[in-house]
Amino acid sequence: MNIHEYQAKAILRKFGVPVPDGHVCYNGASAREWAKRLGEGPWVVKAQIHAGGRGKGGGVKLARTSEEVRTTARDMLGMVLRTHQTGPEGKVVTRVLVENGCNIGRELYVSLLVDRATSRVTIMASTEGGMDIEEVAAKTPEKIFSEAIDPLVGLTGFQSRKLAFSLGLDGKLLPKAVKVFENLYTTFISCDCSLLEINPLVVTKEGELLALDAKFGFDDNAMFRHLQISDMRDFDEEDPNEVEASQHDLSYVALGGNIGCLVNGAGLAMATMDIIKFSGGEPANFLDVGGGATIERVTEAFKLILSDRNVKGILVNIFGGIMKCDVIATGVIEAAKQVSLSVPLVVRLEGTNVELGKKMLAESGLNIVAADGMADAAKKIVQAVNQ
Amino acid sequence: MSILINKNSKIVVQGITGRSGLFHTRQCREYGSRIVAGVTPGRGGNHVDGIPVFNTVEEAVRCTAADVSMIFVPPPAAADAILEAADAGISLAVCITEGIPLRDMVLARRILEGKSMRLVGPNSPGVITPGECKAGIMPGYIHRPGRVGVVSRSGTLTYEAVKQLSDVGLGQSTCVGIGGDPIVGMGFIDCLELFNNDPDTDGVFMIGEIGGSAEEKAAEWIRDNMRKPVAAFIAGVTAPSGRRMGHAGAIITGGRGRAEEKIRTLAECGVTVASSPTRMGEAMGEALK
Repeated sequence: MNIHEYQAKAILRKFGVPVPDGHVCYNGASAREWAKRLGEGPWVVKAQIHAGGRGKGGGVKLARTSEEVRTTARDMLGMVLRTHQTGPEGKVVTRVLVENGCNIGRELYVSLLVDRATSRVTIMASTEGGMDIEEVAAKTPEKIFSEAIDPLVGLTGFQSRKLAFSLGLDGKLLPKAVKVFENLYTTFISCDCSLLEINPLVVTKEGELLALDAKFGFDDNAMFRHLQISDMRDFDEEDPNEVEASQHDLSYVALGGNIGCLVNGAGLAMATMDIIKFSGGEPANFLDVGGGATIERVTEAFKLILSDRNVKGILVNIFGGIMKCDVIATGVIEAAKQVSLSVPLVVRLEGTNVELGKKMLAESGLNIVAADGMADAAKKIVQAVNQ
Repeated sequence: MSILINKNSKIVVQGITGRSGLFHTRQCREYGSRIVAGVTPGRGGNHVDGIPVFNTVEEAVRCTAADVSMIFVPPPAAADAILEAADAGISLAVCITEGIPLRDMVLARRILEGKSMRLVGPNSPGVITPGECKAGIMPGYIHRPGRVGVVSRSGTLTYEAVKQLSDVGLGQSTCVGIGGDPIVGMGFIDCLELFNNDPDTDGVFMIGEIGGSAEEKAAEWIRDNMRKPVAAFIAGVTAPSGRRMGHAGAIITGGRGRAEEKIRTLAECGVTVASSPTRMGEAMGEALK
């Protein structure tokens, strides 16, 4: 789960990480009033969408007078912002963050993430703030410093100092930097983050540290213990089909091809996409209905797949295992009837009573093609779609 | 011989009174596994299908000498269940639970350091030594006793691979599902090492997927240490970047964790990589030639 920048900054403020004073606004007039209350200017008006790269797309603007804040906010609200992360269709801006500007001296980078290789939370920092960190990692890895954190001890003083010195933060900045790193780690752990990125962390000309932008990723599996954070979820920023899928415990990712896939298990679902591609077709989606394939879930899955107008055929690949194939066949037939399926459907079943399952599909009176194994299934659906 | 579990393994089921815990306990028992105890806090003293239920794992181990634990405890309490198993002297915990918070697993992994218990999972289909013992949720009937080891990050895709192996006449010594989460207990290398030292395993089939770099690290380990042929399949060559493909761990981030890189590294390290998910059995056969 992701949140907006203004929400991220509110969380950071709560944990004692310095951020510029600011407020979220929904219209030009309130933006002007908030600007006056925040300070004397200049101010920065920032479009609040989840995608990165907002500055280049015109979603971050400086305003010198409160009237300029108003007009800038007014123009930004309602505009379609396109960045390298939004895709060509862009995102409509429905809220802006108005905040005090600052005198930037240096721009740094700090992030925390769970490192799979060490099974620990790792804090990373770089002198190359404001840049795309993946590019920095690829071109100048020596400019990235990191420390793996022992969860039983937490981020230690010496680790914070090592990072601070690596970034050239000494003298009066050292204790401030140590505090920022410690508070970022506390935020990360307290909020069950999967990613926390401050880019840039700036050193102002007045010698203060400020988090100018912040990106949070939260561990979906831990959101049951963070109701306040869960409430920050903005469904408008997500693909409506994927939201619908998550409400039925289905795992769905739209892909853009014309063959819908309905599979049980994530690995098998990926392999099914792969075999469709190898057989000359294009998968329309990734869809995992979970280990068991109940009538209710299969029905919802069909509805979801068919809501994509590009879909010209559906491949169902179920390795039932413990589930009996006649039960799965009943589910598929019921679901196909309920959604009055109009595109070709190829079904590959594996599991106990597979012969009975195939017989049921064949006698269902529906346009269902039974397949033997994955290769046969992929061949048949690609043929059906290309006819 | 086999790795991790065999016909002498005595299994305690943590979360035995839950719906899936009970269902799979029965399935495992039908397969021939020795389920000696169950644990559900507050339900101690009861019996489930004749299996004694205890309040704590410690008590279950004391009374039944269980050495393997199969965990079906719901996600919020599952990491604690893993630690309880370790504390009670269990030698292998197989955690089936999917959806454990990352922070809980980071902490659990740290506490397990230096302890003798091995952990398989979480988000694992389990471990099976065909014909002897099943500690997991996989369908038993697709397996055949034999001499190929299987290690995988996936569930149903492993069943697909095992079926293909059985269909071409290659039985399995032991199959281990290491789990699809970003933080798991045993990894590919831990399992490969056990298979390498198991006199009754002739070769290993490995199933990986996009995300992380575990497959690349395993490939290098194979090149430097493995004395037996290895074949592999990597799922997700068509997966887009930045999107989580079902498993919490299956995501390409910042251009890393792509299937192509994993396939290339594995091939460079001498592993026979199946070109398609329909050729997994074939690839293993080739590697063993």
